[in-house]
Amino acid sequence: MRLVFAFLAAMGIAGVAAAEGPRPIVPAATGEPHPEGNEYWRKHHMELMRHDRDLTLREGVRDIEASLGQCFDCHAVQDETGAQLTAADEGHFCRVCHDYAAVQVDCFTCHRSTPDGDKLYRTMATPADHNSIAAYLARLSEEETE
Amino acid sequence: MTNRAEMTRRDILKSGAAVATVTLAEGVTLMAFGGSAAEAAGADAGKRWGLLIDASKCATDCNDCVTACKVENGWGSEAENAHIDPEQAAQWIRKVTLKDKETGRVTSAPVMCQHCEEPPCVDVCPTGASMQRPDGIVLVDKHICIGCRYCMMACPYKARSFVHEPLTDQKANSPRGQGTVESCNLCAPRIDTGRIPACVDACEKAGHSAILFGDLKDPDSPISKALKTYPSVALRDDLGLNPGVRYTNL
Repeated sequence: MRLVFAFLAAMGIAGVAAAEGPRPIVPAATGEPHPEGNEYWRKHHMELMRHDRDLTLREGVRDIEASLGQCFDCHAVQDETGAQLTAADEGHFCRVCHDYAAVQVDCFTCHRSTPDGDKLYRTMATPADHNSIAAYLARLSEEETE
Repeated sequence: MTNRAEMTRRDILKSGAAVATVTLAEGVTLMAFGGSAAEAAGADAGKRWGLLIDASKCATDCNDCVTACKVENGWGSEAENAHIDPEQAAQWIRKVTLKDKETGRVTSAPVMCQHCEEPPCVDVCPTGASMQRPDGIVLVDKHICIGCRYCMMACPYKARSFVHEPLTDQKANSPRGQGTVESCNLCAPRIDTGRIPACVDACEKAGHSAILFGDLKDPDSPISKALKTYPSVALRDDLGLNPGVRYTNL
């Protein structure tokens, strides 16, 4: 029995030691913090993103608040020259923790891992936009009347 | 910013699973999922997007629709195609030129995913990646595509391509990557935000307006009126797939 206690105590100490070991240094983000708190996002980010990706791709809902592109609004990391770090670089926001946890990120086989300057499709087109469906239909009906 | 830790359930309800309950008689209730078209965000089942391509307006030497698609969706760059067999290179949209051997008449028209009502690519997909949205757009969910390429074999229009090599710096609005199949998605991100597809835009800007875009389910839309008034054809009409892309003056 004593042996078991000694073993458990040793495990406990080892556990504490592991918890206090080197932790990933998460790159600082810009912008407003998540209202859910960082711990929530660290644990649940994949559930949130999976839910949103299906809504967006399969149902065409694009007014949701979180997209991978929006992650990079705040979570992009630059090197000394100011260039954006891609997922190929160890310092990329996602890779810091994923490398630590030895979990591969598959997102960036298809998605770009840096901010895209093109933020065109985050907002609905207005009838004033030349490429809006409303403006297009208006031009067609004008042609018809001519 | 809303707190999504608390919002998750409501988000799901908001996303189209809103339940309308009607009591028909005592003890009998009718439950309808999905709100009215006005309430529901995203792809609208009350619409079916389509194209009508007028080959007589399409200039043989113009390639603007293909170029616009490449720019919009980021495929077909020289770097990407540098060491790929041209047969295997991505091709979301292609210009096809037809020549009548008897009369010598030459016509050209763009051919892309025909957005069939009965898409064979969706029928054969083993994972559900090849899919049709409620508004009739056929596209690939690359999250679950395993790259088996059955859909490429099934498509009678040769509309799909397979990405053979790793890609970087894709367009944010058009994720694409190694090991997945891709094709024209009728610029779904543009349509969802109230914009016309890039090819339609480019064709109009080139001064041809050979591609007419609109809602096939709306009898008063310009495309429905044109289809009702003038003769048009569906490519491989014999297959009975009822494509959303139609051709006239071919």
